[in-house]
Amino acid sequence: MPQGIWVITEQKEGKLKKVSLEMLSKAKEMGQEVTALLLGSGVEGLAADLGQYGADKVLVFDADVLKDYSTDAYTKVICDAVKEGDPSVLLGPATASGKDLLPKVAARLATGLASDCVDLKLEDGKLVATRPIYAGKCVVETVTPDASPQMASIRPNVLAVGEVDASKSAEVVKKDVNVSDADMKAVLKEIIKGASEKVDLTEAAIIVSGGRAMKEADNFKLLWDLADALGAGTTVGASRAAVDSGYATHDMQVGQTGKVVNPNLYIACGISGAIQHLAGMRTSKVIVAINKDAEAPIFQKADYGLVGDLFKIVPLLTEEVKKLKAQD
Amino acid sequence: MDILVCMKQVPDTEAKIVVNPEGTGIVTDGIKYVMNPYDEFAVEEALKIKEKSGGSVTIVCMGPQRSTEAIRTGLAMGADKGVHLCDDAFEGADSYSTAKALAAAIKPLSYDLILGGKQAVDNDNAQVYAALAEMLDISHVSIVTQLDVADDGKSAVAQREVEGGAKEVIQVSLPAVIACQKGLNEPRYASLPGIMKAKKKPIDVIDVAASGLSADEVGEKGAKLKTVKYALPPEREAGKVLEGEPEELATQVVKLLREEAKAI
Repeated sequence: MPQGIWVITEQKEGKLKKVSLEMLSKAKEMGQEVTALLLGSGVEGLAADLGQYGADKVLVFDADVLKDYSTDAYTKVICDAVKEGDPSVLLGPATASGKDLLPKVAARLATGLASDCVDLKLEDGKLVATRPIYAGKCVVETVTPDASPQMASIRPNVLAVGEVDASKSAEVVKKDVNVSDADMKAVLKEIIKGASEKVDLTEAAIIVSGGRAMKEADNFKLLWDLADALGAGTTVGASRAAVDSGYATHDMQVGQTGKVVNPNLYIACGISGAIQHLAGMRTSKVIVAINKDAEAPIFQKADYGLVGDLFKIVPLLTEEVKKLKAQD
Repeated sequence: MDILVCMKQVPDTEAKIVVNPEGTGIVTDGIKYVMNPYDEFAVEEALKIKEKSGGSVTIVCMGPQRSTEAIRTGLAMGADKGVHLCDDAFEGADSYSTAKALAAAIKPLSYDLILGGKQAVDNDNAQVYAALAEMLDISHVSIVTQLDVADDGKSAVAQREVEGGAKEVIQVSLPAVIACQKGLNEPRYASLPGIMKAKKKPIDVIDVAASGLSADEVGEKGAKLKTVKYALPPEREAGKVLEGEPEELATQVVKLLREEAKAI
């Protein structure tokens, strides 16, 4: 009889990703034993944190072959563990690695996976997952009635991180890692770092975004200045029009064919607000729009609309934010 | 190289999505259907590889009758033939039963590489490419922005996009499934001669019997994940539009963001 909620956590360079804590906090609410899976190399020390955020038990898979994410190694380790442990629910992050890993795990286990979920609840042992479709124009609830474990991948930056319970400690179990060279059909050769070391758009608390009205790539510096003033957890995004015009790189694109983001604050500079752009940022807690055109559709969705010239307003905003932070 | 491109026909991204009164699906009347935008990158990449090394490009598509139009688009771009999994039994599939049907159609074919878009922009599951690879017992690489196939056609090096604008460089043995991301290439438009030639190119139609699977294994019956409720997301209302000179706007909004929205 499948039992318990398992959470595949994610760490990067020895630090737990926030989405790991978001998933554990949600799992804790569900009222069954929560087991966190921790994969990596030299990561055993992170197990204690997982306990404080809600894990009753942590399965540690610590080996050289798991140092960087690998489809083959991670799939094997997780599937073998699931077959042995028989959990009722298996959660994982909808990050780049998670989106690569979880569908393969689901297929190997012949079970259902609800991708990129924004909410979860457990009703009589049944996992009901809420997820957006049509780029968020529609929201559905899904269940996996006849297969096990019931799987879901969780969109980062949506669920709340619960309170830390410093008194809580999880049972830590070190597991053997049985991955041979023959298992590895796809091999990571190198990682090419991105131009900026800033937080990823999908994980950012604040995003300053530029549209075609930015006119030139160099003008994005204005947005970076504002982002720097707003502090850690802030990064810069772009509309498709800006990317297609060459003012920003594709990894900065927010929208239906770019990234879907969920920051606390989204500042749209010179972005008209096409449906496809809105699809990528509509769940932002607060939206500020700056546009010369009072008729721009984005003003229909913004909490605060500023009609005016972004080239005048953005630098002034940066000044005001710096003043505010200096007083803090 | 013999390349397969898995393609899906989906509602155009401009389409207004309306949920039916029962909450069991979307209203499909009046919707314009197109080739899934991410699959266009897959077709283009296949054509580029064929232009470089010779071989063939086959579009494999599971979908209702209307999907033929999207297959013809792929043929008009330059693909050689189509395989259309078409049967009522295939309807209502989830990622698992979609991959199952595709795998059944693909297993008897000879192929060196399978390309597809990273996700279909209707259900946004982004799972089929990985499930298909698993069922065919081959590798996959996801979110690929660059693909270099070795001259001997036995392996490829792919770059995949991860967080922070970084790229992972993955070496994979072929055949493999490659899930294409925007930025991989610029899809060509079908030319008028291409559109004319496409009308004569063959499309094999495969029903559930021809797939070798039973009706219970495919479509809604074979799905592991069931969708039980459809709803529209909460509407976002317009907020305040602030008036004044740039200096006033800046001061006002920072105050509001701090005191009212508590966002900074």
